[in-house]
Amino acid sequence: MDLNLQKTKQDFPGQVHETPGGGIVLSKLDDVINWARSNSLWPLTFATSCCGIEMMAVASAKYDFSRFGFEVARATPRQADVIIIAGTIVNKMGPVLKRLYDQMADPKYVIAMGACAISGGPFFYNTYSVVKGADHIIPVDVYIAGCPPRPEALLHALISLQDKIKRGLTREQIKSGKD
Amino acid sequence: MLNEDLKAKITELFPGSTIDEGNDPAAAGWVNVNVEANNWLPVATQLRSDLSLQFDYLFCLTCIDWKTHLTMVYHLSSTKFRHNIVVKAKLDRTIPEIETVCHIWRTANFHEREVYEMFGVNFLNHPDLRLLILPDGWEGKNPMRKDFEDPVNMIRL
Repeated sequence: MDLNLQKTKQDFPGQVHETPGGGIVLSKLDDVINWARSNSLWPLTFATSCCGIEMMAVASAKYDFSRFGFEVARATPRQADVIIIAGTIVNKMGPVLKRLYDQMADPKYVIAMGACAISGGPFFYNTYSVVKGADHIIPVDVYIAGCPPRPEALLHALISLQDKIKRGLTREQIKSGKD
Repeated sequence: MLNEDLKAKITELFPGSTIDEGNDPAAAGWVNVNVEANNWLPVATQLRSDLSLQFDYLFCLTCIDWKTHLTMVYHLSSTKFRHNIVVKAKLDRTIPEIETVCHIWRTANFHEREVYEMFGVNFLNHPDLRLLILPDGWEGKNPMRKDFEDPVNMIRL
């Protein structure tokens, strides 16, 4: 029986060089590592306000970010790869966020979700307590606009992060490449 | 007790107080009583202990800055009779002082601490008047006052 296998877009970074009795994979080790890492990113359960509700929606059945490899949400930063800053960061929360980020093992990635995490959002003017953008505290790889963003927007951000990791363009990767 | 009966009872018990007639639609259904700030403690004691009132539940304690003066607002409820009342007391904005009620309603303890740090109201005879949420060094700076400006974080429009 002839199977007509459709050629799909190649996700794996490299080619299989056919040889008698098997094959040889031709690729760059960095690319393979980035490919492997990007497909299993464990998010930290960290949410400071209403964006957290949207993040929970994305985690649950209707949107389900486990389709893209984000299903293992960790309650400890030591086991997490990505922190999604879902909500307002106030001055008192700043040191906590910094500590969580420092406790995460390398390589680690940051997504700033929603207006508050990007710039302070609705609390930009005339506030005594809100940090005007989480990137004043920790470096951010992907920003998502919205107040709060749609679940689809968070999915898009997660896929964008995967894409960034595959290309080796996250802040973490650029920094370690320079060393 | 119905609101009409409450109003009658309040006017009978506290002749010095005034009752707001609800012009404000947001206040519809609430009995608003204005009392003198230095008269608040005896009024509160009686509201709590009067057998036909028994306001045993203070469910909201806050303050309003009107720029010209401050207003303390107390929302009281009775778990026995299921009636509610709002008591307001006008305070001087330069020396805001009012008697504490935290020995009548224990929950007032931390509510008054919050009003103290946010509005700078001094609660007389409060057992533990210090900052609640704000970090050290915020004493005397009252962020919920209308004229408050933070030299670092404020961005003017």
